Amino acid sequence: MVGFGGRASIRVAFLAPAAVLMLLTLVAPSAIIVAYSALTHGAYGGVERPFTVENYTRLFDPLYAAIFWRSLWIAGVATTACLALGFPLALFISRSGARKNLYLSLVILPFWTSFLIRTYAWMFLLRDTGLINTVLQSLHVIREPLPMLYNDGAVILGLVYGFLPFAVLPMYATLERLDRSLLEAAADLGATPRDALWRVTIPLCAPGIRAAAILVFVPCLGTYLTSDLLGGSKTILIGNLVQNQFTASRDWPFGAAASIALMAVAMILLFAVRRRGEELL
Amino acid sequence: MGPIIELRPILELRKVSKRFPGQHAVKEVSLEISRGEFFSLLGPSGCGKTTTLRMIAGFETPSEGEVWLNGSRIDSLPPYRRNVNTVFQSYALFPHLNARENVEFGLRRKGANEIEARVRKVIEQVRLDGKESRMPSELSGGERQRVALARSLVLEPDVLLLDEPLSALDPQLRKQVRAELKDLQRRSGVAFLFVTHDQEEALSMSDRIAVMNAGAVEQSGSPQELYQRPRTRFVASFLGAMNFVDGMGVRPECTRIAKVGAGRRAIVTRCVFLGSAIHVEAKLEGGELVIAQVSSHGSAAETFVEGEPVQIWWDSADERRFA
Repeated sequence: MVGFGGRASIRVAFLAPAAVLMLLTLVAPSAIIVAYSALTHGAYGGVERPFTVENYTRLFDPLYAAIFWRSLWIAGVATTACLALGFPLALFISRSGARKNLYLSLVILPFWTSFLIRTYAWMFLLRDTGLINTVLQSLHVIREPLPMLYNDGAVILGLVYGFLPFAVLPMYATLERLDRSLLEAAADLGATPRDALWRVTIPLCAPGIRAAAILVFVPCLGTYLTSDLLGGSKTILIGNLVQNQFTASRDWPFGAAASIALMAVAMILLFAVRRRGEELL
Repeated sequence: MGPIIELRPILELRKVSKRFPGQHAVKEVSLEISRGEFFSLLGPSGCGKTTTLRMIAGFETPSEGEVWLNGSRIDSLPPYRRNVNTVFQSYALFPHLNARENVEFGLRRKGANEIEARVRKVIEQVRLDGKESRMPSELSGGERQRVALARSLVLEPDVLLLDEPLSALDPQLRKQVRAELKDLQRRSGVAFLFVTHDQEEALSMSDRIAVMNAGAVEQSGSPQELYQRPRTRFVASFLGAMNFVDGMGVRPECTRIAKVGAGRRAIVTRCVFLGSAIHVEAKLEGGELVIAQVSSHGSAAETFVEGEPVQIWWDSADERRFA
C-alpha cells in the first residue's frame, strides 16, 4: 500500500512538468484561439464583442475556399512525392546491412542546419540569377533563365526536400522489422521480386506508409515558410492566410477561425487514415 | 520413353559445395532422390543440412556443383522459377492474408486455372475445412503448419522441401503429426526432402536418410541400414545409442547383462527406467561405460542395484566396426 502510494506520487512528480507545459502552451492557447475565432476584430488588431460566427462563414467565400483547396492539393502532391521517393530509399537502407546506420545518419543530416537557411539555399539555387540558371546559361543550354522560383513547383520541391526524412524514417522502421522469411516464402511460391513487393512488402508496411503520410501531410498543409519564400506572392496557402490575418490584415478573429479550420481538416484526415489502419493492425 | 524418365531421380545433387566467408558450410554433397520418396537429411545443428535445402530452394547459390530437378539443371535459377516448394521452420505464413489467401498465393502468382477447386481440395486434404477465413494469428500451431503444407502442396511441386517443420510444435502433437505427414506424403505422391536433427523423426518417417556431419554426408541409406550397419562412429552414435568398446560398437539392446555368467566384469553405475525398457549403465574393468538394455517386464526382468558387480557380454555378430 505504501509502495503503491509512493509509486503514484513519483508518477505525478515526473508527469506534472510535461502536463503543466502542455496545459500552458497547447491547451490554453488553443482555448484562446477558439474564443478569438468567435469574436469581432478591433480596428487596430485585437478582438472585440459581439460574438459572431461570421469568421467561419467567411471561410466559405470562394476566395478562401480556393486557398484551402490549393493547400490540400499542394500538401497532397508533396506527400505523394515524399512517399514515392522515400519508399525506395527506405527499402534500400533496410537492406544495406552494415551500412544502415551510415545511410540513416545521412538522411537526418539536413536537420543539423536550420530549415530556414536550407530554404534560402533553394532560393539561391532556383532564382533567375541562381546557380542553376547561371551554369545553364554559361554552357549555352538556355538563353533566358528558366522560371524555377516563385511558383507551385518550387513550393512542392521545397516541401518534398524538407519533409522527405519524415517519410523515410517510419517506412524504414517497418521495413526493418519485416520478416525476411516472408519474402523467401513469396519467391518460393512463384512470386517475382516485383510481385513480392506489391503483394507482401507493401501491404505489410502499410502502417509505416500511413505514419509517413500523416507525418508529411499535416505539416505540409500548415506550411507558411516554404510557400512564403519559394512561392512568392502567387502561392498563398492556409498558413500564409493565417499569418497575414494576424499581421498585415489585423483581423485576429478571422485568422483564428482559419487556423481552427486547418486543425479540423488535419484531424479529420488523420482519423480517416487511422481508423482504416486499426482494421489492418 | 515414360518408364525411362520415371527411373531417373527427380532431384539430384552433384558434388554441391557452399562456402561462406570463413566457413565451408557444405562439402561436396551428392544426393539422389526418387519420385515419391520420403528422404531425410539428418544431422546436428550447423551440419549444413539447412544450407543444402536452401540451395535446392534457390535461396543460396552453390559455390560448386550442380543441382538437377526433373531432368534440368536448376542451380542458377531464382526460387520463383523452380518447381520445388518449401515448408519453412517458422511456416512464414503471410500475416496479412487469411488461410485461404495464403493457399491461393502461389496459384495466383502462376496464373493457374481452377484455383477455387484446387484450393478446396487441398484444404480438405489437410483438414482445414471451416478455417479458411481465419488469419494466421487465429490458428493453432498445428493448423498453421497445415496451411504451410497446403500452400506448398497445392502447387504440385516436383519436390517438397521441409525445414524442421515439426520443431515449432509441442512434443505431444509432434508424434501425431509425424504419422499424418507420412500419410499425406504417400497420398500426394510428392517426393519429400525432410530436414531434421531428430533421429526418431527421421527413422520413423523416411524411406531413406542421409546423415550429415560438418557439411558432408557421412552415410545414406534406409533407416534399417543406417541403424544396423552404421559406417562411422558419428552415424552410430547419432542414430540411437551405441556402446564403444575396444574400437568397436555394440547397441544397448544387443548387450547382455547378468549377475552371474561368463562375460566381462563390470560394476553397475546407474539404472534408468524408460517404461518398456530399463537401461543399466555399467563400468567395465577397462573403464569404458556401457549401457545394457533390459526388458522391464517378464522373467527377464532382473533388478540391478548401483555398485553391484555384473557380467556383460554380446554376440560377436552384433559388433560393428567403423571406417
